[in-house]
Amino acid sequence: MATPLMAARAGVSGPDIDGFRTVQRLAYDCAEAVAAQLRPGVTERQAAAMMRRWLADRGVHDWLHLPFAWFGDRTAFTGFKVPHQFFPTGRRLTEGMPFILDAAPIYQGYTADIGYTSSLGPNRVLDHLLDDLAVHRALIVEAVRAGRTLRQIYLDVDELMARQGYENRHRAYPFGVIAHRVGKISDGTVRPHAFGFGSRALLGLLQDGVRGHREGWSPLWNPRKSSDHPATPGLWAVEPHLGFRGVGAKFEELLVVQEDGDAYWLDDTLPHLRRWAGRGISGSLATGSAPDADPPGETAARAVVATAEAIAKEAV
Amino acid sequence: MTSLYDLPGARRFEVASTDGVRLACVEAGNPAGPTVLLLHGYPDTKEVWADVAARLADRYRIVAYDVRGAGESSRPDATSAYALHRLTDDFEHVLDAVAPDGRVHLVGHDWGSVQSWEFVTTRRTAERVASFTTVSGPSLDHLALVTREGLARPTPKRLSRNVEQLFRSWYVYALHMPVVPELAWRGVLGKHWPAMMARSEKTLGPPEPSLPEDAAFGAKLYRANVRHRMAAPRHDAIAEMPVQLVVPDRDKFLAKRLYDELDRFAPHLTRRQVSGGHWVPRTRPDLMARWIGEFVDQVEQHGTAKPATAAATLASKGRKARRDEANRRRFAGQLAVITGAGSGIGRATALSLAEAGARLVLVDRDAASAERTVDLAQVLGAAEAYAETVDVSDAEAMEQLAAKVRATHGVPDLVVNNAGIGIAGSFLDTSPEEWKRTLDVNLWGVIHGCRLFGAMMVERGQGGHIVNTASAAAFQPSKGLPAYSTSKAAVLMLSECLRAEFASHGIGVTAICPGFVATGITGATRFVGTSAEKERSLREKTTKAYKRRGYGPEKVADAILRAVAENTAVQPVTPEAHAAYAASRFTPRVLRALARVDLPK
Ligand SMILES: NC(=O)c1ccc[n+]([C@@H]2O[C@H](COP(=O)([O-])OP(=O)(O)OC[C@H]3O[C@@H](n4cnc5c(N)ncnc54)[C@H](O)[C@@H]3O)[C@@H](O)[C@H]2O)c1
Repeated sequence: MATPLMAARAGVSGPDIDGFRTVQRLAYDCAEAVAAQLRPGVTERQAAAMMRRWLADRGVHDWLHLPFAWFGDRTAFTGFKVPHQFFPTGRRLTEGMPFILDAAPIYQGYTADIGYTSSLGPNRVLDHLLDDLAVHRALIVEAVRAGRTLRQIYLDVDELMARQGYENRHRAYPFGVIAHRVGKISDGTVRPHAFGFGSRALLGLLQDGVRGHREGWSPLWNPRKSSDHPATPGLWAVEPHLGFRGVGAKFEELLVVQEDGDAYWLDDTLPHLRRWAGRGISGSLATGSAPDADPPGETAARAVVATAEAIAKEAV
Repeated sequence: MTSLYDLPGARRFEVASTDGVRLACVEAGNPAGPTVLLLHGYPDTKEVWADVAARLADRYRIVAYDVRGAGESSRPDATSAYALHRLTDDFEHVLDAVAPDGRVHLVGHDWGSVQSWEFVTTRRTAERVASFTTVSGPSLDHLALVTREGLARPTPKRLSRNVEQLFRSWYVYALHMPVVPELAWRGVLGKHWPAMMARSEKTLGPPEPSLPEDAAFGAKLYRANVRHRMAAPRHDAIAEMPVQLVVPDRDKFLAKRLYDELDRFAPHLTRRQVSGGHWVPRTRPDLMARWIGEFVDQVEQHGTAKPATAAATLASKGRKARRDEANRRRFAGQLAVITGAGSGIGRATALSLAEAGARLVLVDRDAASAERTVDLAQVLGAAEAYAETVDVSDAEAMEQLAAKVRATHGVPDLVVNNAGIGIAGSFLDTSPEEWKRTLDVNLWGVIHGCRLFGAMMVERGQGGHIVNTASAAAFQPSKGLPAYSTSKAAVLMLSECLRAEFASHGIGVTAICPGFVATGITGATRFVGTSAEKERSLREKTTKAYKRRGYGPEKVADAILRAVAENTAVQPVTPEAHAAYAASRFTPRVLRALARVDLPK
């Protein structure tokens, strides 16, 4: 019996990849468009609704989950204890405040799950965090290619964050995941949502979980024993989430893992990559191949790069 | 001791005021710099500012004068000649002489500040003042209004504040007695006052020869103004320019809480809190000069005091915001040296101080991690941050570090001897080399830090604070941690002895005893008597356990800054550290029983 996710597995083929890339770009376009409209006084609920409307206007009728928006210290999930705290609140945006927009639309059967971090006006702390995410993106794809287990990679990312002086905030997500699998879903009519999560998409994840349990792998990527296996072929929505003194930053995008174990990021033209390029953070650093002769920034930046390299090397 | 007249470019001149009074003035320093006008209090002369002025002279133009009745200025006999409007006339005449067109940055101490409040809230003089730094001298109007409100709408807080100030103001009533104060000042009090002050304020210099007369005539300042203003305060005494309030935390004469509501009267207010007594211009000149200089620079550059940092505006209101504000008041501009600053507790402490705007020298034997902390500290708003790669157990390297710090940054106000290593395993498994390494870092590292920087602080004579990171293991014996616990017990005792020795120098010493804190230490701990593989798994296990415990180094940093502000002797941090500390005093047997428990293997 074919579950939606099995379809995704088999479907890491040209046209499907294009489908996923299209919806991921759509979702990032949405985040950028909404971010550009944010003004002081806008609430998280309003921002989330803006994303929902923007995507609905462009033909999105189903969701892995409804859009999230986090403002201020909620970007670092400060004081989050129970899952309902993730849902948008009446928190209002003010000048200089960081924010994260997170959307997971399903479009023509393809799922995206994206995270877009920025601030209303300049914020030095956030800039630093966003810069430092680049090396995580490099580390993750490198380690997956090297065949390290998901659990090990999770701990590598943890160690890198600790050296950077940051907290791991993805551990606050349900099941502490840094990533989860997404798949293709046969398009249909709008279905009801369970607490903001698309029921069919969730069902897919659940079915995947049941199957994985039988076969010894997990659709969730966390530091538990169930993740102590190399990445399974398919698409993973990966979201390393840094926290630092009440400021949080993450990206979330799809990593494609092929049957032969090779892996690549689905799209290298996303906003955070453009941002890094604009700030002279080398593309190679962001994409994971060996850094150029002289990476940008001072000694500290180089030290972090070296750490990531060391971790990646140990992985090989 | 230097005199204002010895400053580079010093020029003495006199200014004639309205009623024939002649004011002795001095101008010195950098004639091209912004003008800083320093106003002394009671029973001082302008010389009370000499040490601060010496530190400002290279960048600012300094002006100071003796208030009527004091020093070399005339001493009118009539009490009415000391009324605030007369003092305002004096100020105006001095302004006409030194800054006929420009504006001045006014700094007042004690009665110099009391009268300055009058100047900055009186139309004719206020517009000629660019900024005002007030030290230990409230506005009589504000005092009267706040006291009245306390009586009219008493809340427990307001009432207790009033009562406290009532007691601290004994000298004000005494000075209202006829004749007696004059007799006292010209007699016994004049003779013994300097010694009394030296005792209570620490490290005060010798008095001015004119002290008895200054004090006797100065009493008229109180008589001419206090009663009258308290009865009829002005309601519109609002200072519109940026105001910097400096509050010494051991001021015998003024309750700190007097200033709780000052924002109402000074809407552009920056608060600073200094560890010291009433005479901080004399006892803390480095810090005073730095705060005055920074404030003047900001106002000159931006026309306002520094806009609240991004972090400050972001901080949600409530406890965190209050803590951040308290840290800024206390630590802005202060120089702190932290060892082991590349990770864990040291890094967290550095970052909290960075948020408060401190200047940081961050020491670690791991260069890259210290650099990384510098990076983060700068992003968070540290005034300055430098990394130094030093092994604290290396005596010679520590000497070089201390010399370098002194030469390039000055004497530190705060030293946190925090670098330390973990070692676990039974006594018989611990080799002499392992003992030596442990004591070299954990104990000798602290000894070097205390010795070198402590000597500097004593020599400077402006106070300071030393924090040593001990551990709950300092009072909780354990058969599994003999070397570590011994080293930390030594650090605790060293801190206590040093605290006793340094108290007379106004230098505080605190031992911090954290408890289980999730840091890098567990991943680097040496487990003696185990194979490399076993050690790795033990490190992983303990790291996991500490993570599960979930107590972060940021909370230890909070505790450290609080302990410095309150000059706590021994500060346990986590609940288990508090429990062990209490048990060590009341039920040591319980701890001895615990000492026999096997550590998880
Ligand atoms: N973490 C805890 O549970 C705990 C509990 C009680 C006391 N302490 C004490 O707190 C202090 C800080 O520990 P932490 O938990 O932050 O550990 P950590 O390992 O995270 O940080 C210690 C830092 O000190 C540096 N360091 C070690 N030896 C040094 C040396 N010889 N010279 C210069 N730098 C050196 C290390 O490079 C590291 O950056 C230590 O003294 C430790 O004993 C920690």
